Amino acid sequence: MGRKLALSDDVLMQVEKPARYIGNEFNAVMKDKGNVDIRFCMCFPDIYEIGMSHLGIQILYSMFNSWEDVWCERVYSPWIDLDKIMREKEIPLFALESQDPVKEMDFLGITLQYEMCYTNILQILDLSQIPLFSKDRRETDPIVIGGGPCSYNPEPIAAFFDLFYIGEGETQYRRLLDIYKENRRTGGSRLEFLQRASGLPGFYVPAFYEEEYKEDGTIKGRKKLYENAPDTILKEIVMEVSDTYYPIKPVVPFMQITQDRVVLEIQRGCIRGCRFCQAGQLYRPVRERDVDVLKKYAVKMLKNTGYDEISLSSLSSSDYSGLNELLEFLIRECREKHINISLPSLRIDAFSLDVMSKVQDVKKSSLTFAPEAGSQRLRDVINKGLTKEDILNGAALAFEGGWTRVKLYFMLGLPTETEEDILGIGELSNDIAAVFFDTVPKEKRTNGRVQIVTSTSFFIPKPFTPFQWARMCTKEEFIEKAYQTKKGIMAQLNQKSIKYNWHEADVSVLEGVFARGDRKLANVIAKAYENGCMFDSWSECFHNDIWMECFAQCGVDPDFYTTRERDEDEIFPWDFLDCGVTKEFLLREWKKAMAQTVSPNCRKQCQGCGANRFGGGVCFEKNRTTTPQQT
Amino acid sequence: MKIRIKFAKYGVMKFIGHLDVMRFFQKAIRRADIDIRYSEGFSPHPVMSFAAPLGVGMESKGEYLDIEVLSMTSEDEMKNALNRAMTEGISVLSVTVLPDTAKNAMASVAAARYQLAYHMEGTEECPENVSKERLCRFPIDHIEEKLAAFYAKERIPVTKKTKKGERELDLKPGIFELKIEEVPHPFENDGKTYQVISMLVDASSSGNIKPAMVFDAFCQDCMASLPPYSCQITRIDTLTNLAAEGEVPVFVPLDKCEKGMKISTL
Repeated sequence: MGRKLALSDDVLMQVEKPARYIGNEFNAVMKDKGNVDIRFCMCFPDIYEIGMSHLGIQILYSMFNSWEDVWCERVYSPWIDLDKIMREKEIPLFALESQDPVKEMDFLGITLQYEMCYTNILQILDLSQIPLFSKDRRETDPIVIGGGPCSYNPEPIAAFFDLFYIGEGETQYRRLLDIYKENRRTGGSRLEFLQRASGLPGFYVPAFYEEEYKEDGTIKGRKKLYENAPDTILKEIVMEVSDTYYPIKPVVPFMQITQDRVVLEIQRGCIRGCRFCQAGQLYRPVRERDVDVLKKYAVKMLKNTGYDEISLSSLSSSDYSGLNELLEFLIRECREKHINISLPSLRIDAFSLDVMSKVQDVKKSSLTFAPEAGSQRLRDVINKGLTKEDILNGAALAFEGGWTRVKLYFMLGLPTETEEDILGIGELSNDIAAVFFDTVPKEKRTNGRVQIVTSTSFFIPKPFTPFQWARMCTKEEFIEKAYQTKKGIMAQLNQKSIKYNWHEADVSVLEGVFARGDRKLANVIAKAYENGCMFDSWSECFHNDIWMECFAQCGVDPDFYTTRERDEDEIFPWDFLDCGVTKEFLLREWKKAMAQTVSPNCRKQCQGCGANRFGGGVCFEKNRTTTPQQT
Repeated sequence: MKIRIKFAKYGVMKFIGHLDVMRFFQKAIRRADIDIRYSEGFSPHPVMSFAAPLGVGMESKGEYLDIEVLSMTSEDEMKNALNRAMTEGISVLSVTVLPDTAKNAMASVAAARYQLAYHMEGTEECPENVSKERLCRFPIDHIEEKLAAFYAKERIPVTKKTKKGERELDLKPGIFELKIEEVPHPFENDGKTYQVISMLVDASSSGNIKPAMVFDAFCQDCMASLPPYSCQITRIDTLTNLAAEGEVPVFVPLDKCEKGMKISTL
């Protein structure tokens, strides 16, 4: 009876939330390991609750397991309590389904969703008893493969991976696994497999290249160590998004996770082109899913999971052309079944407010605006097409509808930012509060007053964005800016209605280092891990002093990656990757940003970013106008 | 219509806590397409209540939850639909329609029967050469006599840790039965019998006794020191008391507690 767990009862009874480590969830896939050719372990290098909330792994898990010859399992970072016990007792890290050691698998696939997980990758490898550096791995070790947004600049962690997959997972994995089987059948080595893999579209084998640096530390060029390796690697992309794998039987966890609901991905990509946003460039062009397909998925997934909530997922849901029809369907379908609909990333207007009032308790919910910058001038620089008028009109409509809570998101440290822009954050927050007092008469103010929560994060320049050339602020500058913001808010008439939150500056600086980092950082990351750094995105585990010590010991200056001014013709560590958008386009956008000129969105006017080479999506929509529109 | 669902929880599911079991059943009931009644209000929730929470680490073949439904076909069909929506380690044993006047499960609980088995295998200290049988015998000599002597005491005082500090408590009045038995495995049909400490204890909201407290007091009494988590506790059933107050209690399982229900002897 029953599966044998990797951890004994007394270990599981000692750790917080043992449900993280036992598997056995509804819809988890069990196979007979004797009947499969390939065992693939999929990893999200953070705790279970975070990792299980990620749609990408659910998609790949379901796709891999739909193949008879493959068993795909999952593993997440053991939290620090279990981590300690596993080290003491030398228990190897195991996959949740079979409870077998990860080191027995053919592949370990690690998704790279944010830079601050880099030390956790080393934790996973270390606990799995797999050598941290690719060069030290033996023939019997699993092939360690990385994917996800941070693989668009994989160089800081390149030394830890055998292989990266650049782009959307649905297209090339089958070919990779077939090559693996073929290689094994013919008795080929690990190296031979990697050589063959490097010939597939979208795959990058870091060991086949060497970075060459100039005296000033910037990149001079790349030397190939394997002559057949490609010079550049173009991202992989699914053009027919309505006709691809979708996890209609997602794994349903026992414990509450961060995204504890059915997730319906309605489209990929974003037409908006905000200049700070990496996702907006990486996932171009926009590809919408057919609304009828989505309706079918929604019904099936709710039935297969028993969830009482469904959420739409996309970068900007309001831009989805079938939104109205889809929401009407969901409201009809969900009301009688007592299913909640959650609607992130909606533009606040009459339509969305009407929908929201139907699906959520107005008194309890809050509205979210993301102006990102405090002044119109700076919003033009970042190409955020949201005007003050839009925000105030939206807020007025919302207050009339009974909402009393508004959340505002801003970034500090954007290129060209002045004190005036920062003070604009307080002014805009104040103006919104004023709209409340103008719109809602005293006798109708249900909660008495309005609550504005203004939050700021620090701007981090990311690869493949127009701001990849931008200088990032120092920690001291960031803290000063947060202080100015606070002062600006305190000076407002309605300051009692405004609550201000800001992000930690240390972590942002480190994230900035990794985001535009190069191969010199691998030793720093390895050293920080050796010195106990792990779960850096968890404030209780983040030790900035250790990190700074490790930079010093490795002779690497973090400022080189953050506060340095970059020339237009500098070769970036990620330039050998091609995400579809050209460097010329990004440079054009960078210059337009400096000139405070906005660029219309993809549906209004094509900006020639280069993504139309994929031959589909928004670039070839029938009703798209190609002439500039008057504003 | 009030429905009482009896289920078992075993194997790896013993590590799933009570709140997560509640959430699991909410989803399973949706997957099984059961026409459950929802509460009124802006955020309606399914009407369901559990009899007695089971501690993490314990197994059970006598858990109960009550739900209210608007319609149903038959008890058997509901049981089968629910079992198709379960995962390994939770299975629905019976579905019973209750009379409308029935007290809810939680208020009905009076006692619970437990079996404690010794199993070294659950611990890291388990030596490699020990028999891999899940349940072994307690490493306490003359355990039968020692347990009888322990139970024969007038008072069994223990110190209970509460939020406000420590409190002295007498376990004796709440222990209705305490003995050594040789029983079949609660979940496996392997034809073997196993030595267990069997106890029937108060499980009412006012006088609930945790089986581990009784076991710890016994170990202390006979100066036995066992490795932590080496004892597997299984709740055999949850019971209600049919006798009037002051009379000799008549304990019956929660799904046999109402008029018209078959009362089986324990």
